[in-house]
Order: sequence, then structure tokens, then C-alpha cells
Amino acid sequence: MILTNLPIGETAKVVSVKGNNAVTKRLMEMGVVPGVSVKVIKTAPFGDPIEIRLRGYSLAMRKSEAEAIEVSE
Amino acid sequence: MKTSVVENQASKRAKNSTEKSETRNPKTQIVIALAGNPNAGKTTLFNALTGLKQKVANYPGVTVERKEGVWKAGENAARLIDLPGLYSFDVTSMDEQIAHDVLTGKVANLPKPDAVIAVVDATNLERNLYLVTQILEYKIPVIVALTMVDLAEKQSLEIDTAKLSKLLQVPVISVKAAQKQGIEELSDAAFEAAHCERKLYLPWLSEAEFLETDDAIHLSLSEDAAANRKIFARYNFISDVYQESVKPVETTERGVSEKIDSVLTHKFFGLFILVAILLLVFQTIFSWAELPMSLLETGFGALGDFAKANLPEGILSDLISDGIIAGVGGVLVFLPQILLLFLFISILEDTGYMSRAAFLLDKLMSKFGLHGKAFLPLMSSFACAIPGIMAARTIENPRDRLATILIAPFMSCSARLPVYTLMIATFFAGQTVLGFISLGAVLMLAMYALGIVTAVVVAFILKRTLLKSPPPPFVMELPPYRLPNVRTIFQNMFERSWLFVKRAGTVILAISIILWALAYFPRTNVETFIPTDANASVEEIQKAKQDFQQSEQLRNSYAGKLGHAIEPIIKPLGFDWKIGIALISSFAAREVLVSTLSIIYNVGKDQNEESETLTQAIRDEKRADGTPVWTPLTALTLMVFFVLAMQCMSTIAIVRRETNSWAWTLFMVGYMTALAYLAALLTYQVGRLFLN
Repeated sequence: MILTNLPIGETAKVVSVKGNNAVTKRLMEMGVVPGVSVKVIKTAPFGDPIEIRLRGYSLAMRKSEAEAIEVSE
Repeated sequence: MKTSVVENQASKRAKNSTEKSETRNPKTQIVIALAGNPNAGKTTLFNALTGLKQKVANYPGVTVERKEGVWKAGENAARLIDLPGLYSFDVTSMDEQIAHDVLTGKVANLPKPDAVIAVVDATNLERNLYLVTQILEYKIPVIVALTMVDLAEKQSLEIDTAKLSKLLQVPVISVKAAQKQGIEELSDAAFEAAHCERKLYLPWLSEAEFLETDDAIHLSLSEDAAANRKIFARYNFISDVYQESVKPVETTERGVSEKIDSVLTHKFFGLFILVAILLLVFQTIFSWAELPMSLLETGFGALGDFAKANLPEGILSDLISDGIIAGVGGVLVFLPQILLLFLFISILEDTGYMSRAAFLLDKLMSKFGLHGKAFLPLMSSFACAIPGIMAARTIENPRDRLATILIAPFMSCSARLPVYTLMIATFFAGQTVLGFISLGAVLMLAMYALGIVTAVVVAFILKRTLLKSPPPPFVMELPPYRLPNVRTIFQNMFERSWLFVKRAGTVILAISIILWALAYFPRTNVETFIPTDANASVEEIQKAKQDFQQSEQLRNSYAGKLGHAIEPIIKPLGFDWKIGIALISSFAAREVLVSTLSIIYNVGKDQNEESETLTQAIRDEKRADGTPVWTPLTALTLMVFFVLAMQCMSTIAIVRRETNSWAWTLFMVGYMTALAYLAALLTYQVGRLFLN
């Protein structure tokens, strides 16, 4: 499933990061690589961006960017 | 490919020694770079190592700050280079490019570092180690300085530094920079490493090559992503290192940061709190800056008078007091506001709130093609565009930063207030809308709104045309909330403000002199003066003569001639040549309009915007045919012009410095002036239709 479909408070493992552009590269540099577990913490007031937690820290990203991340529970 | 022989250190030493003769202190020729993620405690460590022996400048051609200090430890000394805070060395941003150039020895007057101290936040080990793996690939000796160890202990993270050191094959030293703990061990390790060669140990690179042939993992990564494969390999290595050197902790308890965040970035209250914080900041800036600003104003006034009194009368004395001191002083009075703004920005940044503000507002801002981080520069510009434009440095993407800079001057700054106030006091005082709302307040609000709406529209257009780029990525760390370090905050505040003084200083000085000369030459001498009031005292006649002399001088000066020259252009706006002079002189700074009008209308130089005489003089001013020059419509047109026109030489100077381009600066001046003219034309001509 896509990360944006993961409910708030749930944890899942990253399966893949799709695409090859600046955003996916930055996501991977920030530690979003296949195998890592991520937890969705919250969304911002207008429903976007979202905050996730991985490797012991918090990362914010837009939903459009999170769509590149496929996870499995 | 990375397993080639380490660069010959001996030849590098030799290269360094040839440069020794040029510097006073040959010992400082050892160069050590300090690298680390943002928020890893790099600045605190840099301060602890260099004390007060530091200097801040910019890297040539860019606005990336270059911080350098002298690090003395016992008999050893080194040039310590503080690299910008980074997540990666992959050369996608200006900061990363500079850091890469430093580590590869491509920066002028800066030899390739002999060692790199990698600052690693112990509470965020995995992501911080990512940068370390990249630094290790640079064939330079590396020492890991582990910071925030006490915080990690509080989170009951147990890090085995010996194990970590063994797995990475570089020294790992825990430091508590604020308490000066671990500094000695760090310097021993760093200076030893700087004199030694490092055996390259980069196991993840061979894994990356192996992965290229592994179809299973290849598929799980994106197609055709050789670089991404390397990132994956680095993180694989890090995960192994982490598992072996850190005792994992199972926590279900929410951290302090998460608790604070549940309030500050609350879905509903978050925005209210943000607005409240910003209101508080701006209210404080205005009220705290008031006294020092008026003191500075008085001070520069006194300095000008002093210069006039003590210099032999003539051009030089006039140039120094009316041109240089008045011009530069007029800009430096904004220093208190700028210091305070930077104080608050530093606090908001250092506590970690700034990222939350961007998080809260990104959706709103991205609708106009702007980054969430553009909010603060734009807010600041309501006080003054100069600090606002400087605050745009926090936006990493150059195009987004440029878009923000180009629209920041549309925010009605404090220098426009005297103009609005004068026009409202002259033509709209005491009038109401719907019987109870003051017309002045409505107009004032309308001017602010006009600026904001124009800014939004221009940003929207720019981001789809000239500055077209994919929406800026918003992948951003939300760092844990931390108590700010007092020293770092004040240091930040003074460094940034000093850049303002230095930068604005040079260009402003030049423009002040030019504008002064335009109004000063050619000289006019009033020989005959007939007092209009027969009963006036001698002093009053003297004063009236002086005022007359001043207005005649201005009328005949080059500025006056320019006013006449532009009259055909500004006539459709309802302005005559006298207003033309005021427009030209207010190019220096908007509030100059008030004093120029006072001079032209003969009412003495020290009038302020609420003065009865000036408002009366404006109302009484007649054309040759006896019709009044000024009508409420003229006043409204002038206000609209001032909302949109780029009339501030300090802003122009800062934009030139921050964009490093005259082309963009002139583009901004051009499009703003054109917009201002068109909007004023529309206001005047449509207004006339309605009134007739």
C-alpha cells in the first residue's frame, strides 16, 4: 500500500521508494529506504503535509511526496 | 574505484608549507573542517573549540555563510572551518555544493582539509551517520564527535562508542561542548589524525556494486537508480553498525517533543498559536525598537549639526552632513528593528519552532507556489523588507528564495506609514464609512491588502513563468524541541545584523551622495526676498527667507529639472512636477516624501506627517489655472503608487547582495515601478470617470 493510505498512529515497513527524482533521492537520504519502519504521526491543519517518525526522528513531507513510498504492514 | 591509494600526504604538506610564508601564523596552516547535520550541535562545538577567535564572511559569489576560526589546543593550532549544516553531500543545494568544494579543496585560499570532525547527534544516530559515511568516502581523516550524549542517556539509549569506533574504523569521542567535556580527547584525536594517513575502509561501496547485479533488490528500488543504490547501501551498513553498537530501547512513552507538538501543531489550535506568536514578536519588535530608533535618529541629527558647525562652510560640509550622515543615518536607524527581528528569528529557529511554522503553513503557501518557509520573510517585511529579504536565506531552493525576495517589498513596511498617514490626515481625516468606521482605517487596511494580493498574484505568475520549477520538495526534519543556547542566539543576531550594516553601507553611501548632489547642484542664490507678512519679526523673516531659498534651490536643481522632465509621464496620474521631485527623492526612502513635500511647499524642513501646516499647504497648493493640485483622488493615487513602487535604495542594495545579480535586481525595480504606474493610472483615470 501507499504511505498516504496508512492511518495515523500505524507503523509499517517501507517496501520501495518509486521514481528517480530529487524528491525520492532526498527521501532516501533522510533514511526512507526499503526495510525501515515508519509510523504516521499526524497531518498538518489543512490535511497536508504529514509527519512520520522513523529511525528515532520526525520527518515532514507533502502527501504528493509520500505517494512515492510503498509500505507493507 | 574508491580503493585507490590515499592522496600523498607528504606532497600536501609541501604544498601547505609553500603557503606558510604568506601568513603570519604558520601553525594555523593545518585545516580542519567541522561537518554535521543541522541541529546536531555543530555551532556549540565550534564555539567551544574556537572561543571568540572566529570570523564570518560569505563564500565567493554565493550567500552561504563561511565561518572560520582558530582552534588552539596546547601546542597545536588549526584553521577550523565550520561547514553549513547538511544532510548529504550530494550537491543538490548551494550548501551542499560549497561543502563538497571545501572537502575537495576547490575553494580559493582554502587548502583541502587535513581532517574532518563529523558532528553526530547521539539521539539521532542513524540519520547522522549517513553523512559520516559520505564524508568517509572523501579520503580525508575523519573523527566522529558524538554530541547530545546526555540527552541520549535520558532516552536510555546506550551507545558503545568503542564498538562504534571499531565498526567505522575512525575515532569516536563523546563531547559535551557546553561543559567543555571531551574537548581534550577530541583535539588529541583530531591533530593526530590530521598528521596521519587514513586507511580507507568503505565496505558499503562494494555492496553497492554488488547490488547492481542483484535483480531482487534492484526491483525494490526505483528503476535506473544507481545513486539511490548507493544511498541504500550506506543505510544498510549503518543499520548493521547501529544494531551492533546501540542497545535498543523499547519505548511506548511519548517524548517531551511529541507532547509539546501535540499542542503547537494541533490541527485546530496550531494555527491560532502561530498567529499569536507572530503577533507577539512583531508587537515586541515595534515597541522595543521605538526608543532606540528615535535615539539613533536624534543622534544622527546631532552628528549632522555637529559636522555642519565644525566644518568650514561649503560643499564638503553640506555633503557630509546632508548627504552622507543623513543618508546613511536614515538607514542605520532601522538597526534596532533588525537586531530584534533577528533575535526572535534565532530563538524560533534554535528551539525548533520554525520548522513547525513551515509545517503548519505549507499547504496554504504552496497554493501560491511558495514554500512554507517563505512565510516568515514575508511577515518580517511588514516591519522592513531588508531583514525580510535576508530572512529568505532559510529557503534552500534558489528559485523559491528568489520568488520570495521579489515579492517581499510589496508588504507595506513601516516606512510607508508616514506617507499613508500624511495623505489620510490631509484628505480623509474625520470621515467615516457606514457611519461609524473611520475612513482612514479602512484606507490603511486597503493599502495593506493591496500589497498582499499583488504579492500573491505576482508569486503565482512568477512561479509559472520566469521561475518555473517543480514544486519545491518539502521533505523536512522536525527537530526535537530544545532550549536555545543563549550564546548561539546572540551570536546569530549580531552576525546577521552586522552583515546588514556592512552590506547596506557601501551601496547606500553611494546612492546618498548621488541623490544629495542632484538636489544640491546647480546652486541657486536668492538675492531678493520680499516677506509676505509685513508684521513678521526679524527671526520670522529670516526663517521664511531660508525656506524660500531651500525651495528655490530644489526647484532649480537637477532634481527639480528631473521633476519637470518626468511631468508628462506622471501627468496622467494627476501629479505635477513638484510631486515629481518628491517621487524622485523618495526613491532613496519612502518616508523622504514627507520632508521633500515640506521643502517644496515652503513650510520648513522639520514638519512631520501630522503637522497642520503641511496638510494645509498641500490642500492650498494651486495650479496656474487656480484649480487645486491635490484632490482626495490624487492622494489615493499617490498611496496606491507607494504600495507598489520600489522606492527604497536600501532594499535595492540588499536584493543585489542577496541575489548576487544586477539583472534580477533591475528586473524587480522595473516590474514594480511598471505595476505601480499602471495601478496608479487606473486609480486616477477610473476615479475621474466616477467623479465626473
